[in-house]
Amino acid sequence: MAPLTDYLVPLVLLCGSVLALRRKEDAYGLLTQGAAEGLKLIGQIIPTLVVLMTAISALRASGAVDALSRACAPVFRWLGVPPETAMLVLIRPISGSAALAVGAELIGQYGPDSLIGRTVAVMLGSTETTFYTIGVYFGAAGIHKTRYTLPAALIADMTGFLMAAWAVHWFF
Amino acid sequence: MLLGWIWTVFLLLSLVFSFFSKEPVSLSSAIAQGAQSGITLGISLAGSVCLWCGVGRVLERAGISDALARLFRPVLGRLFPDMDTDPALAGHLSGNFCANLLGLGNAATPMGIRAAQALARGDTATDQLCRLVVLNTASIQLIPTTVAAVRAAQGCATPFDILPAVWTASFCSAGAGLAAAWILGKLWPR
Repeated sequence: MAPLTDYLVPLVLLCGSVLALRRKEDAYGLLTQGAAEGLKLIGQIIPTLVVLMTAISALRASGAVDALSRACAPVFRWLGVPPETAMLVLIRPISGSAALAVGAELIGQYGPDSLIGRTVAVMLGSTETTFYTIGVYFGAAGIHKTRYTLPAALIADMTGFLMAAWAVHWFF
Repeated sequence: MLLGWIWTVFLLLSLVFSFFSKEPVSLSSAIAQGAQSGITLGISLAGSVCLWCGVGRVLERAGISDALARLFRPVLGRLFPDMDTDPALAGHLSGNFCANLLGLGNAATPMGIRAAQALARGDTATDQLCRLVVLNTASIQLIPTTVAAVRAAQGCATPFDILPAVWTASFCSAGAGLAAAWILGKLWPR
């Protein structure tokens, strides 16, 4: 048997169609209509993704992320955050898949039950890919002036990273 | 505007750092690869976005969206007052919130985007739209399945023992984001 959380998606799908059919709604037709709409949505998102991923790819290849994470290490130590996580903190807001790769590597290197391994896991579990989310949402809504969204989102990220490190200290 | 600045600053930083890098770096190939991976990412997202848009419609017609909207109104209604006058928006918002809580990122994105489209007025973000995006950038999931899977794969016997720490950090980061949005919204009128 698969882990319980694995049944979440099929159960949501099943409940939805059962309830729709009970109301005499055409569940299949609704699914395909929605899928057609999803295709349009993807068409609106892809231009944003292409531009954003280009900038992120250049930034990572240039070694800027590595250099910045070395520079940030003393600040991290002072805040009580393990400096080994600096790379993850810098990459998390710009690339979800890269953050997962960096995080998995750190967890493998230090062990999942080590202080660093736990901190990394909590950081990954309690933050999101900020730049991607902002790009996708505002891109699809046709918004050009985003006002204070980025600073507020980055404050949320910073709080998340700090609290992740501190919470691991408190709970373990 | 903002993304224009981010794009320019990222490129500038890349140029400066690659100039001082000890190893040889090819920025032009990284740029070509990045553009390509944007398309790859879009295509790989397409399947689940299409599916979950369809499921969103089914949930709407099955009355589940309305039920969720009633359930979350006490919390979400304060953050998004437009919910009261726009039942479709209420459905999308509560669907997005619910999918985020359950860790169904693939389902959360299409519903969140439709909520964002319903909240958009002109080309300047409203306070409610900013709040929606901030809430979505601060992860609020109850069960971080991906991370737990990574830990389990590395031989961890209790991959979910980090849950209390994850909830603490998520709750604080979402709270800090909303508080920052509230304060900055006063200082930065539309």
